[in-house]
Amino acid sequence: MKYICLGYIEPNKLEALSESERNAMVDECFTYDDELRRNGHFAGGEALQGPQTATTLRWKNGKVSITDGPYAETKEQIGGILVLEARDLNEAIQLMSKHPGVKAGPFEIRPAADLSEMIRESETRRAVAQTKSE
Amino acid sequence: MPESAVEEVREHLEATYRAESGRILATLIRLLGDFELAEDAVHDAFAAALERWPQDGVPTNPRAWLVSTGRFKAIDALRRRARFDASQEAIAEQLEIGAGHDAVGADEGVEDDRLRLIFTCCHPALAPEACAALTLREVCGLTTEEIASAFLTTAPTLAQRIVRAKAKIRDARIPYQVPSPEELPNRLEAVLQVIYLVFNEGYSASSGPSLTRADLSKEAIRLGRLVLELLPEPEVMGLLALMLLQESRRAARTSAAGELILLENQDRSLWNREHIAEGVALVERALLSRRFGPYTLQAAIAAVHSEASDAAATDWPQIVALYGLLARSEPSPVVELNRAVAVAMRDGPEAGLALMDALFARGELTDYRLAHSARADLCRRLGRNTEARSSYERALALTRQEPERRFLEKRLRELG
Repeated sequence: MKYICLGYIEPNKLEALSESERNAMVDECFTYDDELRRNGHFAGGEALQGPQTATTLRWKNGKVSITDGPYAETKEQIGGILVLEARDLNEAIQLMSKHPGVKAGPFEIRPAADLSEMIRESETRRAVAQTKSE
Repeated sequence: MPESAVEEVREHLEATYRAESGRILATLIRLLGDFELAEDAVHDAFAAALERWPQDGVPTNPRAWLVSTGRFKAIDALRRRARFDASQEAIAEQLEIGAGHDAVGADEGVEDDRLRLIFTCCHPALAPEACAALTLREVCGLTTEEIASAFLTTAPTLAQRIVRAKAKIRDARIPYQVPSPEELPNRLEAVLQVIYLVFNEGYSASSGPSLTRADLSKEAIRLGRLVLELLPEPEVMGLLALMLLQESRRAARTSAAGELILLENQDRSLWNREHIAEGVALVERALLSRRFGPYTLQAAIAAVHSEASDAAATDWPQIVALYGLLARSEPSPVVELNRAVAVAMRDGPEAGLALMDALFARGELTDYRLAHSARADLCRRLGRNTEARSSYERALALTRQEPERRFLEKRLRELG
């Protein structure tokens, strides 16, 4: 089963680290990611650029509005996502508890939703619509 | 079968229900992998027994009979659902294959199943209130109505809490297992926290007119005994001891009129000696293990109180020392507050007040009602009535408990 792990960071905390401290932390994190990869638990992941680079699209008055942000003025911000392959929640918790990134900020673990049934139903609906229109 | 024999079978079945339905449910959840399905299966199995046992006689192993009957009833139920939802057929088939090859195994590892159930219901990924409700429902077999009234909430609200917790167990795939030795300390802590939450809910209601809701405390003690039987860890002993020692004072802590009586003013002849003896023995066992934690230390403090004939005869130096250890293992302003109260008893109110005011200066106890009433008490003893008055008033503004309110009002009147 896939679990999406949202890794939060506290930018202030990170900035307060010295260069060698920051390097040590980054190295630890990458080493552990490699270990997850070797054991088949790392199903993907990306780090995110800061919230100041964010753009939001929103449906408004019948068209898409494009805005800068949001700048959530929160202490913790999402710094990256990791897609974890684990047997169950206990295994996911165990694996992510050992991730050095947990010291930089909390992880939120959410099971991936299985949409295969929804996709099948949608395909059936679309096929029916197609035949009707022909 | 003659009428008297039928009656005997019924009684046997009732006794089996009381003693075994928890174990049977725990095993069926493992076998069926679904809480709801297992609950229905337990119900169906007992209904089948009520019909069959008077005719066929009581089976040699009633529990195994009930588990395997429950399992087949569940498979039948899935088959009936399969007429409307094809995916159910696959599940039923899988369960049937399982039921064939280890029908005998239904009775094995039963104690593990109960521990599995406890660890699943008290999973730290579930909210503590949800854990408490789920545990009382699934492990203790209380009805939703009973739990709702004990937690001063409505049955629909509580039922929804339980439904949400079960949905999370299923959707986030919380496994039905006893944690590995590596995970155990963390996970056991969560279990003990839930049990203590249930106990405290029964011992000192956080709001409402009645100070004690004895049934919840009794359930918590029962749960503590069960976990200790299944997992004899020092902190389980510590928690059970703590609950027994607190429970031992139940009759003494309120007056006939429902007024709150503080420890120092309690009639100690009303303390339950059996509870105290059992609690003290458990504390001693836990301390000997040298692997004890905060529950054992709190129980040790309660045990010291239990052994004193009155407040003055209490071994205050030992209590101060135990609070010191507790503050180190679990730093908290509330523990420090209690240590300050003990220091006041050992060295006089002035010394205690100095410690307490240092705590207030750190700003951590501002909204804690008991801190204000403790401070008021020390001021009163020092004859500093104006300060005592303002602290009692602060405590009064923060309390939501009726007996506590009356107690504080009485103290204010006494100050004149």
